[in-house]
Amino acid sequence: MTGKIRKATRHVNQNEGLIFEKSSPGKAAWKLPPLDVPEVDAGNLLGASERKDLGHMPEVSEIEIIRHFTRLSTWNYAIDLGMYPLGSCTMKYNPRVNEVVARLEGIANGHPYQPERASQGALRIMKTLSECLIEITGMDAITLQPAAGAHGELTGLLMVRAHHESRNSPRKKILIPDSAHGTNPATAAMVGYAVENLKSNSRGMVEVSALEAQMNEDVAALMLTNPNTLGVFEQEIHKIADILHAKGGLLYMDGANMNALVGKVRPGDFGVDLMHLNLHKTFSTPHGGGGPGSGPVAIRKFLEPFLPRPVLTTKSDGTLGFDYDRAQSVGRVRSFYGNFGMFVRALAYIMANGPDGLRQTTEDAVLNANYIRKGLEGTYDLPYSTPSMHEVIFSDRVQAKRGVKTMDVAKRLIDYGFHPYTTAFPLIVPGALMIEPTESESKEEMDLFIEAMKSIAEEAENDLQTVLSAPHSTRVSRLDETAAARKPVLRWKPEGS
Amino acid sequence: MRYLPKSPADREAILKVIGARSIDDLFAPIPEEYRLKRDLKVPRQMAESEIVEWFRERSRENGDGLCSFLGAGAYLHYRPVIIDALISRGEFLTAYTPYQAEISQGTLQAIFEFQTMICELLEELERMVTPKTACVLIQSPNFFGTIEDVAAIAEIAHRKNVLLVVSIAEAVSLGIVEPPRQADIVAMEAQSFGVPPSFGGPFCGIIATREQFVRQMPGRLAGQTVDREGRRGFVLTLATREQHIRREKATSNICTNQALVALMVNIFMTTYGKVGLRELAKQNLAKAAYAAQQFGKHVKVLFPGSPRFNEFVIATSEDPYAINGRMLGNKIVGGLPLKKFYPEFGNASLWCCTELTTRTAIDTAVGFVAESERSIRSAKEESVEEVAG
Ligand SMILES: Cc1ncc(COP(=O)(O)O)c(C=O)c1O
Repeated sequence: MTGKIRKATRHVNQNEGLIFEKSSPGKAAWKLPPLDVPEVDAGNLLGASERKDLGHMPEVSEIEIIRHFTRLSTWNYAIDLGMYPLGSCTMKYNPRVNEVVARLEGIANGHPYQPERASQGALRIMKTLSECLIEITGMDAITLQPAAGAHGELTGLLMVRAHHESRNSPRKKILIPDSAHGTNPATAAMVGYAVENLKSNSRGMVEVSALEAQMNEDVAALMLTNPNTLGVFEQEIHKIADILHAKGGLLYMDGANMNALVGKVRPGDFGVDLMHLNLHKTFSTPHGGGGPGSGPVAIRKFLEPFLPRPVLTTKSDGTLGFDYDRAQSVGRVRSFYGNFGMFVRALAYIMANGPDGLRQTTEDAVLNANYIRKGLEGTYDLPYSTPSMHEVIFSDRVQAKRGVKTMDVAKRLIDYGFHPYTTAFPLIVPGALMIEPTESESKEEMDLFIEAMKSIAEEAENDLQTVLSAPHSTRVSRLDETAAARKPVLRWKPEGS
Repeated sequence: MRYLPKSPADREAILKVIGARSIDDLFAPIPEEYRLKRDLKVPRQMAESEIVEWFRERSRENGDGLCSFLGAGAYLHYRPVIIDALISRGEFLTAYTPYQAEISQGTLQAIFEFQTMICELLEELERMVTPKTACVLIQSPNFFGTIEDVAAIAEIAHRKNVLLVVSIAEAVSLGIVEPPRQADIVAMEAQSFGVPPSFGGPFCGIIATREQFVRQMPGRLAGQTVDREGRRGFVLTLATREQHIRREKATSNICTNQALVALMVNIFMTTYGKVGLRELAKQNLAKAAYAAQQFGKHVKVLFPGSPRFNEFVIATSEDPYAINGRMLGNKIVGGLPLKKFYPEFGNASLWCCTELTTRTAIDTAVGFVAESERSIRSAKEESVEEVAG
């Protein structure tokens, strides 16, 4: 097996139980300094509210904690270990300097309510990042409050709703292409809109005539991802915008795929009214095993009155501050000002790149996706031959004939030392393999990936069982998800309880 | 650009393989009229050393070195160094949401342990109820630092057949304050557990509920299961609530959440554990009690009868913004003036002391407030004398 698997070999993989199984009374990993004020009697101060017992909270030493989490960490795959081609997620390198600057004393320990006079550093970071993102998107204003992409969508649609209501024309529907990510329809529903599906054409783009037929005064907005989830640029984007605008609708862009556009084209220039960005994708803030993220929403001027409160402003004396007095605001969408720590990292990334670096990054991301497309075309089915931007979508049509589905190929890819691609969507491609290499991959790493994918396709022909029972090199394999959901065990309990 | 792993020759070679003449060919799908033909107006490409220096300057402009009495939802506690040592491991830092369970067991087991510890801290939510339609929402300790009588409120809520939702903003309080075990749902902010205030985020919001409501709960959940060999392992579970399965019918629309922050909280809870969390909470209690007592010699401390944890409200005669302004000159950030949120509170301000607040800082702050009271009093006396004279 190891002969054909060039990237991965074995490494020590230690067993490790739950932390509770290591706990015993009297062990400790903490030490407090002596109190410099008089001791208090908690019972006296708190009365009936005093807590006496902390149940099964662990008692362990520091070395055990270090080993516990270090061992757990070795069970994870990560960008730091290699290519992580999860389509739509933009798993790029997370620069270490970002982490260093986010931990500087005044930045990490800045309190959100400290006087504005003593907050000029944080406000300057927010202001500079806002200006960069406005320039990159070609929009007029921005809110940094939303915590992630889905939350950005929610914030955006709240502003869409406020806009229509302010014109006494509340509308009922949001149009969403059938290729969209699940958060788009879920968000529209949560804001109280009906979702109307928009069919893609044979080139994988919005069918303009269908949009024309479906567009009317009941439509509040179209939520469009561009490049869309097939990695295809919506070439008729301006016609799309015109059709919406003619009937008073707005064009919302899901900016999850901005890594294909930064420095090359600006959504504000092609008719987008509002859009969110994912700082944890395009702007390199780490995914951290599922967050934290940050999902700023950039808007055109006419939506400014509806921005979440407070809005960053420059005062007459040149200092920065917050404006809370915003009568038409959709209100707060997040405590304080959003995920500030992510703003720091995203800005550090933009500074490390500059205009030339950002452009080169985008070009390399598109170059890489096309290299992989070229390498695997012919081996895997390419359902849409339209040119690819930053990601390429294959299907398992060829392999499925042998009973090998996209998830089987994905699981086998793990044995070759890669993280799988995205399998869950777009729904218009049955059995999708959604591959986004990002700019962070060298030619050598991509060659290994292509080789691995081709080798799996061969195995699907000659060594079926190896693929169907993969992965073989992991601690656990093919966990029973059905059982997990049927009778959920969501916490550890001591034996006998 | 130093993050990009390709030489010009690599790029040429790749273009050749693809069959493109130049990189522009690959951007041909973008209509010509929209293509940006100039540089973006963003800062020029900077060296790492320049970036660090730029942010150092921002750090200095941002209260670096100040001693603060602010709480009100963001708390400065000591962060054990092992938190950053561990979360900086690339395997945690640079992994995605654990969709592929086989190569995400580290993250998944950590989430499972996190879920367990939060349940232990909140204790089994004890009552079984039938689904109801309305709810009562309270925070304890509340915004003024006062601990609510959750049991009494629960009794009323449940008699009226409504759900009780309790929110907790200061997690460290759970070390010594009874958890709201009568609540149906607890919404809690765990920032206090090892997460830097970071000018307001990212933090770690948590929702905990009785088992019967779990299928209505938003967000990612890790569940225990077995693999095909019967080995214990963990997966993301109850996905039928979620947007990627149910689209517009989803009851959970959370994709990226706060996983790495939850890991910080997890390591913090593990470090202090069963005994340390109580001792830590006790120090907070002692510092705030001392401070309230010292302030009480000069000004009124509001809500004197109610128990409190590490925050309290004082009412000064002078505008707290003015007193705070003078204190800032001495590198102290005073309590939060409440008139911004509650105009009816006049000159009241909310003060917070944690285990990091020194007695010296408390005494200095009390000195400023005492001085303010003295000068107001003597100004009054003078004007009385003037009238008399
Ligand atoms: C196209 C698209 N839209 C929206 C989202 C949601 O973003 P987030 O995870 O930041 O909420 C994603 C994330 O995977 C996405 O790929």
